[in-house]
Amino acid sequence: MTITTVEDNRIPLRARFTTWWVIFRIAMEERFVYRGDFALGTLMRFLPIITQIFLWTAIFQASPESKIAGYTRNTVIAYYMLTMISRAFSSMPGLCGGIALQVRNGEIKKFLIQPVDMLGFMLLGRVAHKAAYYTIAVVPFAFVFFLCRDFFDGWPDVEVLIAFCLSLFMGFLLGFFIEASLGLVAFWFLEVSSLVFIYNLLSFFLSGHMFPLNLLPGWAYEIVKVLPFQYLAYMPAAIFLDKIPRSELWTSLANEACWLLVFVVLARIMFQRGIQRYSGFGG
Amino acid sequence: MAIIEIKGLEKTYQVYQKKEGLRSSLRGLFSREYKQVKAVQGIDLQIEQGEFVAFLGPNGAGKTTTLKLLSGVIHPTSGTATVLGYTPWQRDNEYRRRFALVMGNKNQLWWDLPAQESFRLHQQIYRIEADVFQNTLDELTDLLDLQDLLQQPVRELSLGERMKMELTAALLHSPEVLFLDEPTIGLDVVAQHNIQQFLKYYQQKRKITILLTSHYMKDVAALCKRVVIIADGLIKYDGSLEGIIKSTDQRKLITLQFRDAIDDSLLAALKKFGNVTDVETPRIKLTVTRDVVPRMLSTILDGYQVDDVVVEDPPLEDVIATVFSEVTAGRVQQIDDDEFESIGDGQGL
Repeated sequence: MTITTVEDNRIPLRARFTTWWVIFRIAMEERFVYRGDFALGTLMRFLPIITQIFLWTAIFQASPESKIAGYTRNTVIAYYMLTMISRAFSSMPGLCGGIALQVRNGEIKKFLIQPVDMLGFMLLGRVAHKAAYYTIAVVPFAFVFFLCRDFFDGWPDVEVLIAFCLSLFMGFLLGFFIEASLGLVAFWFLEVSSLVFIYNLLSFFLSGHMFPLNLLPGWAYEIVKVLPFQYLAYMPAAIFLDKIPRSELWTSLANEACWLLVFVVLARIMFQRGIQRYSGFGG
Repeated sequence: MAIIEIKGLEKTYQVYQKKEGLRSSLRGLFSREYKQVKAVQGIDLQIEQGEFVAFLGPNGAGKTTTLKLLSGVIHPTSGTATVLGYTPWQRDNEYRRRFALVMGNKNQLWWDLPAQESFRLHQQIYRIEADVFQNTLDELTDLLDLQDLLQQPVRELSLGERMKMELTAALLHSPEVLFLDEPTIGLDVVAQHNIQQFLKYYQQKRKITILLTSHYMKDVAALCKRVVIIADGLIKYDGSLEGIIKSTDQRKLITLQFRDAIDDSLLAALKKFGNVTDVETPRIKLTVTRDVVPRMLSTILDGYQVDDVVVEDPPLEDVIATVFSEVTAGRVQQIDDDEFESIGDGQGL
């Protein structure tokens, strides 16, 4: 996929990289402007883990079994911590609403006037935001994981680690293109906040953010397995904990890649149709 | 060939119509009434390379819509337009590298970062060579006196400084065509003047083509030889600024300073020539038609002792207000062909 100046195939790759680097650098600098908000936002992410530890301890104490659907208390807490990592990649705060706002207040014009591809530009901006976040959050993440190391059974093998990293990377892209597609609905409806609410609600339950998806009844799990939400939180965590059978590991990643492709194409088509509509009716 | 060529350009918007009250809001959930608003109703226009043209017209006349059409932001309902040989709404990247649009009420710079960062981004987006970029930036910041402000976040700049930064960003890639939509809106007199001076100098030096919309007649008088008046989506006048004044306003404002106090007989004599607007004895102001001026002055100067005489055109704002009210009332002005030709040949500027 190309990032900027889509049609210009003549531009040397090096020049393109310089452009991407400048967009990335500037977006990252912008992220560090509001230090207080940034620091608070980063640290607050860790609070829910305490409640999760208490919650699952209570559930397992009340249960006669030491395992629920193959999960011990420790594995569930480890799972929850890993979904924090997945979501640090796949969640896109403000992306959908941001696009809708730009459509509504006309700021989107900038992308029609300048020789730059909006989706590529925003994707780079998002990579920069994430990079800025990880730069700061890596220390508290490492600290919390160190404190909670006993919940884990140790490191998985190399194959699983590679699959884990791939699923995180694709989770990031999938999260971006799903939210971008939702934001682009604003070309037709202007206001998308209810849509964002529904998406967040679905994603909250169906992505496995709250609990491992294979705790669901069989039929529900079968449905959830064909939806794209599981890749946003469940899949990377389940891969890391070796909950995905080896025989299915790469097929699952291939399915994720298919969903990613679907949303890349969808976002592209919506953008093209959207600006045609915008320039036909609005402005 | 003209740089900008517009033929039969039309743009119709669909606007949602909602009656007052909750009931109609509820009805609007199921079916909505739309009204067709013709923003531009068939414009023909040719602009040559190096012209500085003002687009004037009352609010909602179709000026901004035309600029949006020419910059490719919107598609026309019908008609054609080419700018530098490109059809704007095809949004060719080559075209997008050769023009710029500055909107006085829209911000294109990164709000929280120093403008220097946005400029750097423009350098990349427009693929400007490093040395060309630095030279252009130095020239622009020097002309606009911005050197000390490049490191300051944009949100902390004054409105005037921000507009100068917007102009700098728009000119970094040395566009051949520049569209300016109300570039001095909300600025104080000094900032307005600075921007005018800059635009005048830059346009004359680079010979770029500029299309400007503004409600400040001082901008127009200072910058544009050619004026296009647009109202109700139609071109109502195309010619020189002087041409409008000549064709629409036959009045002159005369101020007379007498040596002695103004008595009733003098006042009566003056009233025969025109309309007395202000008396502050021994000074008097009156409005008379152009052709009366010589006769009136000779009569008064022969019969009375006069210390000072000032003859001036009515303020430009008044003239334009008259034109706007006339065009919206349907009295269409004649296109001033002579003026059009002279500018069309590239001698106007």
